[in-house]
Amino acid sequence: MTWSSIIIAGIITYFTRMTMVALVDRDLLGEKIKAVLAYVPSAVFPAIIFPGIFINDYGTFIEMNDPKIFGAIVAILVGYFSRNVIATILSGLFSYWIIIFLL
Amino acid sequence: MFTKKQLLTKGLLSVAPHMFSVIPFGIVCGAIGIELGFSPILVYAMSIIIFGGASQIVFLQLLSGGASTLIAVTSVGVINSRHLLYGAVLSEYLDKLSFVKKLLISYLVVDQGFAESNKFFQKNKNEPYLHYHLLGSGGTLWIFWQLSTLSGIILGSFVPEEIGLKFAVPLTFIAIVVQDLKKLDHVIVMITCGLSSLLFFNAPFKSYIIISPIIALFVAALVLKLKK
Repeated sequence: MTWSSIIIAGIITYFTRMTMVALVDRDLLGEKIKAVLAYVPSAVFPAIIFPGIFINDYGTFIEMNDPKIFGAIVAILVGYFSRNVIATILSGLFSYWIIIFLL
Repeated sequence: MFTKKQLLTKGLLSVAPHMFSVIPFGIVCGAIGIELGFSPILVYAMSIIIFGGASQIVFLQLLSGGASTLIAVTSVGVINSRHLLYGAVLSEYLDKLSFVKKLLISYLVVDQGFAESNKFFQKNKNEPYLHYHLLGSGGTLWIFWQLSTLSGIILGSFVPEEIGLKFAVPLTFIAIVVQDLKKLDHVIVMITCGLSSLLFFNAPFKSYIIISPIIALFVAALVLKLKK
Protein backbone atom coordinates (compact mmCIF):
# COMPACT_ATOMS: atom_id res chain seq x y z
CA MET A 1 0.00 0.00 0.00
CA THR A 2 2.74 2.43 0.96
CA TRP A 3 4.83 1.37 -2.02
CA SER A 4 2.05 1.87 -4.54
CA SER A 5 1.23 5.29 -3.08
CA ILE A 6 4.90 6.31 -3.36
CA ILE A 7 4.89 5.29 -7.00
CA ILE A 8 1.68 7.23 -7.68
CA ALA A 9 3.10 10.26 -5.85
CA GLY A 10 6.25 9.92 -7.96
CA ILE A 11 4.29 9.80 -11.22
CA ILE A 12 2.26 12.87 -10.22
CA THR A 13 5.45 14.72 -9.25
CA TYR A 14 7.08 13.80 -12.55
CA PHE A 15 4.03 15.16 -14.40
CA THR A 16 4.33 18.47 -12.53
CA ARG A 17 7.89 18.70 -13.88
CA MET A 18 7.27 17.45 -17.39
CA THR A 19 3.87 18.85 -18.43
CA MET A 20 4.89 22.43 -19.19
CA VAL A 21 8.25 21.45 -20.66
CA ALA A 22 7.18 18.62 -22.96
CA LEU A 23 3.39 18.63 -23.42
CA VAL A 24 2.32 22.27 -23.60
CA ASP A 25 3.27 24.22 -26.70
CA ARG A 26 4.86 27.46 -25.56
CA ASP A 27 3.20 29.40 -28.37
CA LEU A 28 -0.11 28.77 -26.59
CA LEU A 29 1.07 31.15 -23.87
CA GLY A 30 0.43 34.78 -24.80
CA GLU A 31 2.98 37.59 -24.51
CA LYS A 32 1.28 38.86 -21.35
CA ILE A 33 1.60 35.50 -19.62
CA LYS A 34 5.24 35.24 -20.65
CA ALA A 35 5.89 38.66 -19.11
CA VAL A 36 4.23 37.58 -15.86
CA LEU A 37 6.28 34.35 -15.81
CA ALA A 38 9.44 36.45 -15.43
CA TYR A 39 8.29 36.95 -11.83
CA VAL A 40 8.10 33.22 -11.00
CA PRO A 41 11.20 33.09 -8.75
CA SER A 42 10.05 36.16 -6.79
CA ALA A 43 6.51 34.76 -6.61
CA VAL A 44 7.44 31.23 -5.45
CA PHE A 45 10.51 31.27 -3.20
CA PRO A 46 9.17 33.60 -0.48
CA ALA A 47 6.56 30.86 0.17
CA ILE A 48 9.51 28.70 1.26
CA ILE A 49 11.45 31.53 2.97
CA PHE A 50 8.73 33.13 5.15
CA PRO A 51 7.34 29.94 6.79
CA GLY A 52 10.94 28.66 7.19
CA ILE A 53 11.70 31.71 9.31
CA PHE A 54 8.47 32.74 11.00
CA ILE A 55 6.82 29.38 11.72
CA ASN A 56 8.39 26.78 14.02
CA ASP A 57 8.33 22.98 13.85
CA TYR A 58 4.99 22.87 15.66
CA GLY A 59 3.23 25.08 13.12
CA THR A 60 2.95 28.19 15.33
CA PHE A 61 4.40 31.67 14.90
CA ILE A 62 7.78 32.37 16.48
CA GLU A 63 8.42 35.22 18.95
CA MET A 64 9.68 38.48 17.49
CA ASN A 65 13.02 38.04 19.30
CA ASP A 66 13.67 34.61 17.75
CA PRO A 67 17.29 34.15 16.56
CA LYS A 68 16.02 33.05 13.12
CA ILE A 69 14.82 36.60 12.42
CA PHE A 70 18.26 37.96 13.29
CA GLY A 71 19.95 35.29 11.11
CA ALA A 72 17.67 36.10 8.17
CA ILE A 73 18.35 39.85 8.42
CA VAL A 74 22.12 39.24 8.50
CA ALA A 75 21.83 36.90 5.49
CA ILE A 76 19.79 39.45 3.51
CA LEU A 77 22.29 42.26 4.20
CA VAL A 78 25.35 40.09 3.45
CA GLY A 79 23.69 38.66 0.33
CA TYR A 80 22.58 42.04 -0.96
CA PHE A 81 26.03 43.60 -0.76
CA SER A 82 28.31 40.59 -1.37
CA ARG A 83 26.29 38.96 -4.19
CA ASN A 84 27.78 35.71 -2.92
CA VAL A 85 25.59 32.66 -2.24
CA ILE A 86 27.96 30.93 0.18
CA ALA A 87 28.49 34.13 2.19
CA THR A 88 24.71 34.63 2.37
CA ILE A 89 23.96 31.14 3.70
CA LEU A 90 26.91 30.91 6.11
CA SER A 91 26.49 34.42 7.56
CA GLY A 92 22.84 33.60 8.29
CA LEU A 93 23.67 30.22 9.87
CA PHE A 94 26.57 31.50 11.98
CA SER A 95 24.75 34.56 13.28
CA TYR A 96 21.86 32.24 14.23
CA TRP A 97 24.21 29.79 15.96
CA ILE A 98 26.03 32.56 17.81
CA ILE A 99 22.75 33.63 19.37
CA ILE A 100 21.49 30.15 20.32
CA PHE A 101 24.80 28.82 21.62
CA LEU A 102 26.51 31.85 23.15
CA LEU A 103 23.74 34.06 24.43
CA MET B 1 29.70 30.49 -27.37
CA PHE B 2 30.16 27.88 -24.66
CA THR B 3 30.88 24.21 -25.29
CA LYS B 4 28.63 21.53 -23.83
CA LYS B 5 31.26 20.68 -21.23
CA GLN B 6 31.63 24.32 -20.17
CA LEU B 7 27.87 24.64 -19.73
CA LEU B 8 27.70 21.42 -17.73
CA THR B 9 30.47 22.72 -15.45
CA LYS B 10 28.82 26.12 -15.11
CA GLY B 11 25.57 24.42 -14.11
CA LEU B 12 27.38 22.27 -11.56
CA LEU B 13 29.23 25.25 -10.05
CA SER B 14 26.09 27.40 -9.94
CA VAL B 15 24.35 25.04 -7.50
CA ALA B 16 27.47 24.03 -5.54
CA PRO B 17 26.95 26.73 -2.84
CA HIS B 18 23.41 25.43 -2.28
CA MET B 19 24.86 22.16 -0.97
CA PHE B 20 25.01 23.92 2.41
CA SER B 21 21.25 23.53 2.51
CA VAL B 22 20.69 20.47 0.30
CA ILE B 23 22.98 18.14 2.26
CA PRO B 24 21.64 18.93 5.77
CA PHE B 25 18.06 18.84 4.48
CA GLY B 26 18.69 15.48 2.79
CA ILE B 27 20.20 14.06 5.97
CA VAL B 28 17.23 15.30 8.02
CA CYS B 29 14.85 13.83 5.43
CA GLY B 30 16.46 10.37 5.59
CA ALA B 31 16.74 10.45 9.39
CA ILE B 32 13.09 11.46 9.88
CA GLY B 33 11.94 8.56 7.70
CA ILE B 34 13.82 6.05 9.85
CA GLU B 35 12.72 7.73 13.08
CA LEU B 36 9.08 7.46 11.99
CA GLY B 37 9.60 3.70 11.60
CA PHE B 38 9.67 3.26 7.83
CA SER B 39 11.98 0.73 6.19
CA PRO B 40 15.30 2.12 4.91
CA ILE B 41 14.65 0.87 1.37
CA LEU B 42 11.29 2.61 1.25
CA VAL B 43 12.68 5.89 2.61
CA TYR B 44 15.51 5.83 0.11
CA ALA B 45 13.35 4.79 -2.87
CA MET B 46 11.37 8.01 -2.40
CA SER B 47 14.49 10.02 -3.20
CA ILE B 48 14.59 8.40 -6.62
CA ILE B 49 10.86 8.03 -7.32
CA ILE B 50 9.60 11.38 -5.95
CA PHE B 51 12.88 13.37 -5.68
CA GLY B 52 11.35 16.34 -3.86
CA GLY B 53 12.64 17.16 -0.38
CA ALA B 54 9.78 18.81 1.46
CA SER B 55 7.16 16.57 -0.15
CA GLN B 56 9.02 13.40 0.90
CA ILE B 57 9.05 14.49 4.56
CA VAL B 58 5.38 15.52 4.51
CA PHE B 59 4.38 12.22 2.87
CA LEU B 60 6.02 10.12 5.59
CA GLN B 61 4.82 12.35 8.42
CA LEU B 62 1.23 12.15 7.20
CA LEU B 63 1.31 8.36 6.81
CA SER B 64 2.89 7.80 10.22
CA GLY B 65 0.34 10.18 11.73
CA GLY B 66 -2.44 7.92 10.49
CA ALA B 67 -3.56 9.94 7.44
CA SER B 68 -4.93 8.01 4.47
CA THR B 69 -2.67 7.33 1.49
CA LEU B 70 -5.03 9.47 -0.60
CA ILE B 71 -4.33 12.50 1.59
CA ALA B 72 -0.58 11.79 1.57
CA VAL B 73 -0.45 11.45 -2.23
CA THR B 74 -2.61 14.55 -2.75
CA SER B 75 -0.29 16.56 -0.49
CA VAL B 76 2.75 15.51 -2.51
CA GLY B 77 0.98 16.57 -5.71
CA VAL B 78 -0.02 19.95 -4.26
CA ILE B 79 3.43 20.69 -2.79
CA ASN B 80 5.15 19.79 -6.06
CA SER B 81 2.68 21.61 -8.30
CA ARG B 82 5.05 24.62 -8.18
CA HIS B 83 7.17 22.73 -10.72
CA LEU B 84 4.46 23.58 -13.29
CA LEU B 85 5.55 27.21 -12.94
CA TYR B 86 9.23 26.31 -13.30
CA GLY B 87 8.43 24.25 -16.40
CA ALA B 88 6.46 27.12 -17.95
CA VAL B 89 9.48 29.40 -17.49
CA LEU B 90 12.02 26.86 -18.72
CA SER B 91 10.02 25.75 -21.76
CA GLU B 92 11.20 28.83 -23.66
CA TYR B 93 14.81 27.66 -23.41
CA LEU B 94 14.16 23.94 -23.90
CA ASP B 95 11.91 24.48 -26.91
CA LYS B 96 14.30 23.06 -29.51
CA LEU B 97 14.98 19.78 -27.71
CA SER B 98 13.47 16.56 -29.04
CA PHE B 99 10.42 15.20 -27.22
CA VAL B 100 12.43 12.38 -25.63
CA LYS B 101 15.10 14.76 -24.36
CA LYS B 102 12.38 16.99 -22.91
CA LEU B 103 10.93 13.96 -21.11
CA LEU B 104 14.33 13.06 -19.67
CA ILE B 105 15.53 16.50 -18.60
CA SER B 106 12.18 17.26 -16.91
CA TYR B 107 13.05 14.76 -14.17
CA LEU B 108 15.88 17.09 -13.08
CA VAL B 109 13.78 20.26 -12.66
CA VAL B 110 14.12 21.20 -8.97
CA ASP B 111 13.99 24.48 -7.03
CA GLN B 112 17.64 25.51 -6.81
CA GLY B 113 18.55 24.09 -10.23
CA PHE B 114 15.66 25.93 -11.85
CA ALA B 115 16.61 29.16 -10.06
CA GLU B 116 20.28 29.11 -11.03
CA SER B 117 19.86 27.81 -14.59
CA ASN B 118 17.05 30.31 -15.22
CA LYS B 119 19.37 33.16 -14.16
CA PHE B 120 21.97 31.89 -16.62
CA PHE B 121 19.40 31.40 -19.41
CA GLN B 122 18.14 34.99 -19.09
CA LYS B 123 21.64 36.31 -19.76
CA ASN B 124 22.60 33.78 -22.47
CA LYS B 125 19.42 33.31 -24.51
CA ASN B 126 21.16 32.47 -27.77
CA GLU B 127 23.47 29.68 -26.64
CA PRO B 128 22.73 26.51 -28.66
CA TYR B 129 23.29 23.95 -25.88
CA LEU B 130 21.60 25.76 -22.98
CA HIS B 131 20.06 22.55 -21.64
CA TYR B 132 23.51 21.32 -20.59
CA HIS B 133 23.49 23.99 -17.89
CA LEU B 134 20.26 22.54 -16.49
CA LEU B 135 21.75 19.05 -16.80
CA GLY B 136 24.73 20.23 -14.73
CA SER B 137 22.69 21.99 -12.05
CA GLY B 138 19.88 19.43 -11.80
CA GLY B 139 22.24 16.45 -12.08
CA THR B 140 24.46 17.76 -9.27
CA LEU B 141 21.44 18.34 -7.04
CA TRP B 142 20.18 14.85 -7.83
CA ILE B 143 23.46 13.14 -6.92
CA PHE B 144 23.85 15.05 -3.66
CA TRP B 145 20.21 14.50 -2.72
CA GLN B 146 20.72 10.73 -3.13
CA LEU B 147 23.93 10.73 -1.11
CA SER B 148 22.58 12.92 1.68
CA THR B 149 19.28 11.07 2.16
CA LEU B 150 21.28 7.82 2.23
CA SER B 151 23.56 9.30 4.91
CA GLY B 152 20.53 10.38 6.92
CA ILE B 153 19.10 6.85 6.71
CA ILE B 154 22.40 5.39 7.96
CA LEU B 155 22.97 8.00 10.67
CA GLY B 156 19.32 7.89 11.76
CA SER B 157 18.68 9.43 15.14
CA PHE B 158 22.33 10.45 15.53
CA VAL B 159 21.47 13.63 13.67
CA PRO B 160 21.09 16.36 16.29
CA GLU B 161 17.88 18.36 15.88
CA GLU B 162 18.84 21.27 18.11
CA ILE B 163 21.54 22.79 15.90
CA GLY B 164 18.78 23.91 13.55
CA LEU B 165 20.28 22.86 10.21
CA LYS B 166 16.84 23.15 8.65
CA PHE B 167 17.30 26.93 8.90
CA ALA B 168 19.71 26.58 5.95
CA VAL B 169 16.69 26.01 3.70
CA PRO B 170 15.15 29.51 3.93
CA LEU B 171 18.69 30.94 3.78
CA THR B 172 19.47 29.21 0.49
CA PHE B 173 16.35 30.74 -1.06
CA ILE B 174 17.16 34.16 0.39
CA ALA B 175 20.48 33.88 -1.47
CA ILE B 176 18.56 33.14 -4.69
CA VAL B 177 16.17 36.12 -4.61
CA VAL B 178 18.17 38.71 -2.63
CA GLN B 179 19.48 40.58 -5.68
CA ASP B 180 15.91 41.14 -6.89
CA LEU B 181 15.32 43.29 -3.79
CA LYS B 182 16.85 46.06 -5.91
CA LYS B 183 13.70 46.12 -8.06
CA LEU B 184 10.54 47.54 -6.50
CA ASP B 185 8.19 45.42 -8.63
CA HIS B 186 9.92 42.24 -7.46
CA VAL B 187 9.86 43.40 -3.84
CA ILE B 188 6.08 43.88 -4.07
CA VAL B 189 5.65 40.39 -5.56
CA MET B 190 7.92 38.80 -2.92
CA ILE B 191 6.15 40.45 0.01
CA THR B 192 2.77 39.43 -1.40
CA CYS B 193 3.91 35.82 -1.68
CA GLY B 194 5.56 35.77 1.74
CA LEU B 195 2.61 37.28 3.61
CA SER B 196 0.15 35.03 1.74
CA SER B 197 2.20 31.97 2.71
CA LEU B 198 1.90 32.90 6.40
CA LEU B 199 -1.79 33.71 6.04
CA PHE B 200 -2.62 30.43 4.28
CA PHE B 201 -0.08 28.28 6.14
CA ASN B 202 -2.78 26.13 7.67
CA ALA B 203 -4.73 25.61 4.45
CA PRO B 204 -5.27 21.88 3.69
CA PHE B 205 -2.64 19.78 1.85
CA LYS B 206 0.10 22.41 2.44
CA SER B 207 -1.55 24.28 -0.41
CA TYR B 208 -0.05 27.60 0.76
CA ILE B 209 2.97 26.61 -1.32
CA ILE B 210 0.97 27.06 -4.55
CA ILE B 211 -1.80 29.46 -3.39
CA SER B 212 0.67 32.19 -2.46
CA PRO B 213 2.61 32.09 -5.77
CA ILE B 214 -0.68 32.32 -7.68
CA ILE B 215 -1.74 35.37 -5.64
CA ALA B 216 1.74 36.87 -6.12
CA LEU B 217 1.61 36.29 -9.89
CA PHE B 218 -1.76 38.07 -10.06
CA VAL B 219 -0.17 41.00 -8.26
CA ALA B 220 2.75 40.80 -10.73
CA ALA B 221 0.26 41.05 -13.61
CA LEU B 222 -1.29 44.12 -11.94
CA VAL B 223 2.13 45.70 -11.45
CA LEU B 224 2.93 45.11 -15.13
CA LYS B 225 -0.31 46.86 -16.12
CA LEU B 226 0.46 49.87 -13.90
CA LYS B 227 4.01 50.12 -15.28
CA LYS B 228 2.66 50.72 -18.79
